[in-house]
Amino acid sequence: MSKTPLVAVLLIFIGFFFFPYFYSVASGQLGKPVPELEKPKGDHCIEDAKWMEENHMVLLKEWRDHVIRQGIRTYISDTYGTAYNISTYTCFECHTSKANFCDKCHDYTGVKPNCWDCHVYPELLEKYR
Amino acid sequence: MTGSAIATITLTASQVERVLAAFAAPAIDQQKVRWGMVIDLKKFNELPLAKRKRVYDVCKEIHNIPIFPTAKDRVEWIWPADFEHTFPSQFNHFLPEEIENLEVPVLCNHCENPPCTKVCPTGATWKRDDGIVTMDYHRCIGCRYCMAACPYGMRSFNWRDPRPFIPKLNPTYHTRTKGVVEKCTFCVERLEKGLQPACVEASEGSFIFGDLNNLESEISKILREHYSIRRKPELGTEPKLYYLI
Ligand code: SF4
Ligand code: SF4
Repeated sequence: MSKTPLVAVLLIFIGFFFFPYFYSVASGQLGKPVPELEKPKGDHCIEDAKWMEENHMVLLKEWRDHVIRQGIRTYISDTYGTAYNISTYTCFECHTSKANFCDKCHDYTGVKPNCWDCHVYPELLEKYR
Repeated sequence: MTGSAIATITLTASQVERVLAAFAAPAIDQQKVRWGMVIDLKKFNELPLAKRKRVYDVCKEIHNIPIFPTAKDRVEWIWPADFEHTFPSQFNHFLPEEIENLEVPVLCNHCENPPCTKVCPTGATWKRDDGIVTMDYHRCIGCRYCMAACPYGMRSFNWRDPRPFIPKLNPTYHTRTKGVVEKCTFCVERLEKGLQPACVEASEGSFIFGDLNNLESEISKILREHYSIRRKPELGTEPKLYYLI
């Protein structure tokens, strides 16, 4: 019996499986460096910058649950001891642009958070002015 | 590989604990209060039209409520209704005309025994310890069970993306998205700051808001001294919104 169909199926499977890789190679996106993010205002982030880079989503989720479920509106930074008002807009007081900060990294890593379908960000505010 | 994955998981867990410990105490102890509202219909109806309208409009403005051109898409938290439809069980024939023609502001009753929260499959709507029936839009899947369960029709559904229909954005409040239910929250965000709900502030004293647990509060005194009615009391939902007629 001929093995041709099996090999063809295998080749098609490999083609599909590695499609994202081939696509990135073809479009020259492979090995693109991590994007430069806009320098925020202020001296420090809510927590240590490295910690924030890795865990901002954990922090935001905890913020969400505390505000909505318990009515707790104040967060005290573990690293700096500063009190912060719990709101997504608190972030934008220093990171003045979503496009030049959040989006850059999210696009690079292919994450699509749906926060901004409801929460207000500086560019949206501009649109309403 | 597995070792490092486990290390990451435990690290994240301890990080979550660290974050959890970093919150301040809530501004108001929810266990102690039970919020309620009284609407003095006579006093409210004596206000000029512009002032009455302001009560409804202020809510729309601060909560980024969209204004849709078509009535079937309407999203509203508080709106004017008439006596007959608000109090079907109290509506007798030969009512004095001034009662029959009253403009009755309706909003969520923040029922003590709310049917809307019992049907929600995701816990997106629930009654807080302070008696406020509120929403977590993050969790709402748009099944609209709660709308079917509310015997007062106080919930609205976002059939379309509301953003293009918000006339002026309040940056300190969120908007909602297509496919979630929304309703009055007794202005929890204002209560946390020690303020009164926005409609109460705009009502020139015809709405009274306060703590029903505190017998010395203005609202408790008013309820003790006046005859008040509630919407469809026979259903046993125990509304915390009282009307004086
Ligand atoms: S009035 Fe309707 S929406 Fe409000 S708590 Fe009662 S049942 Fe729920
Ligand atoms: S529409 Fe949303 S809030 Fe209402 S019952 Fe369904 S999930 Fe719960």
